[in-house]
Amino acid sequence: MFRYIVRRLLQMVLTFFGATFLVYALMFANQDDPYQALVGERPLSEAQRAALDAKYHFDDPFLTQYWHYVKGLLTGDFGISLTNRSINDMLAEAWPVTIKLALLAVLISAAIAVSAGVFAGIRRGGIFDHATLAVALVMLALPLVALAPLAQVIFGVKLGWFPVTVTRDAGLYDLLLPALLLGTVVFATELRVTRSSVADNMRADYVRTAKAKGLATKRVIGVHVLRNSLIPVITLIGVDIGALMSGAIIVEGVFNIPGVGYQLFKGIRLEDGPLVVSFVSVLVIVFLVINLIVDLLYAALDPRIRYE
Amino acid sequence: MSDLNAVTTAEAPGPAANRPRHGSSPAKPRSLAGDAWLDLRSSKIFWISAALVAVILLMAVWPSLFTSAGPRDCVLANKHAAATSGAPFGYDFQGCNVYAKTIYGARDSLIVGVFATLIAGVVGLLAGLAAGYYGGWLDAVLSRFVDVMLGVPFLLAAIVLAKRLSSDPQSNGIVAVTLTLGLLGWTTSARVMRSAVISAKGQDYVAAARMLGAGAARQMFRHILPNSAGPFLVVLTILLGVNIASEATLSFLGVGLKGDAISWGLAIAEAGPSVRTAAGPLVWPSVFLAVTVLAFIMLGDAVRDAFDPKLR
Repeated sequence: MFRYIVRRLLQMVLTFFGATFLVYALMFANQDDPYQALVGERPLSEAQRAALDAKYHFDDPFLTQYWHYVKGLLTGDFGISLTNRSINDMLAEAWPVTIKLALLAVLISAAIAVSAGVFAGIRRGGIFDHATLAVALVMLALPLVALAPLAQVIFGVKLGWFPVTVTRDAGLYDLLLPALLLGTVVFATELRVTRSSVADNMRADYVRTAKAKGLATKRVIGVHVLRNSLIPVITLIGVDIGALMSGAIIVEGVFNIPGVGYQLFKGIRLEDGPLVVSFVSVLVIVFLVINLIVDLLYAALDPRIRYE
Repeated sequence: MSDLNAVTTAEAPGPAANRPRHGSSPAKPRSLAGDAWLDLRSSKIFWISAALVAVILLMAVWPSLFTSAGPRDCVLANKHAAATSGAPFGYDFQGCNVYAKTIYGARDSLIVGVFATLIAGVVGLLAGLAAGYYGGWLDAVLSRFVDVMLGVPFLLAAIVLAKRLSSDPQSNGIVAVTLTLGLLGWTTSARVMRSAVISAKGQDYVAAARMLGAGAARQMFRHILPNSAGPFLVVLTILLGVNIASEATLSFLGVGLKGDAISWGLAIAEAGPSVRTAAGPLVWPSVFLAVTVLAFIMLGDAVRDAFDPKLR
């Protein structure tokens, strides 16, 4: 177990430096003139150049610039966007909205997917099983960038059940439609994994033993099967976070929800390099850390799993 | 567009007539592909998705068959005008014919999807073959590299890479998006290829070929590849649908197609702000995009079921 943790940490460090280096190199390396990229068409005096150097370290060699950037990331100082706002402040404002949206999405989709998956897994091959698998395939295939605007038109504009755009201090109900849409990106995998793991466990010896002891079906499924079947579903959280981040950029863009994805969406449109790099880096770090925690949790939860 | 045909129908080769039918002569061995084709022929989902794909292909190759209006015949006086017989979907905020624009949007989407999938397929094939066949340090390096790539959320990586590649303001972004999706999309296919190669490598026929003096390249391409290509081709079919969705997503975000390219993702982004005034320009590209991606992914799913009956 200890060796596994060490190896997993080393792998995360490798991914962190690989990903941040690539992001940084792609965004900032080989810029023709980084000063003009910042100030636009206006002429630039020597004093202004020196001031920009002090702020953005343009005069340093590339690796030193990268080091400044990593140091900023690790100490939680993300610098200033091109619109001259502190990126830390923007992140602090945006995170609560996104976390609220993502939690709501995960809770709703997990509740539906897990209960549907359990029923489908108990009666594998039945009508309900076939129907849920078909729904899951359609949900998996429909791109969010098509689904979200369609839902906005139908349920927001035409029917008027939900607000078309969402403000910063939105209540849970305002976030419900975006959260349902965001939930579709994780629904299908959660359902499929629950179903197959329930179906596998239904045939396990311990289930036969429990039935032979005369336990009620409710207890056999609710306690014995469910506890063992949900472990693989938990590992999905790691994968889900990546899908949720991608989905949040789209959903928040469509519904103008002022979260992390929306700021990133706006940053891309406004060609705000520092903002895009900082937001992408923060999202990558969050993704890596959550995946590390989930992997360790998995090893702790399932005693059969022992990593060499 | 014959490239796409090659990808989607590669699993179902040859007319069924010259293949033995189910159970007619058990002595004659059937190939894996022949078995899969017999399965596919009775699958409703396969025929529905194949028909949809055929219509979409026709739309991309020959859009004037569907509409006589041009996608760029825009008259500002027609802004948000209602539907007419030549423009059943109405007009958008620039007075463009939404129906014509949506029909013509299929071409760029498919070009990006097909070529990105081809790039991903070639890279994934070579990387998977090399890693699986040679093993050792090459396998270790390639596998760690794939781990690192899969350790970054796809869309975030794609945004950064596409932004970098499309720095030229004159280009329409087709090359940039194709390269982005191709360079980021090969990892899954390489993994699938690698594990199929590893299991095929230990088979007797490969050992026999080696003893008969076949070199590494001949073993890989003549003996191992034909027997491990099935799952790999299935992954590519699904990747084609995913790539079309990713192109629309990147275009929607503003780092994808631009300029004179016509894209469903671009149309969705343009129609967003005036959705309360006119919903049509937003709805129709979304519907076409959804149906296209769904058709390709359903096709891939049907083909996978035929190739791997264990999964059902």
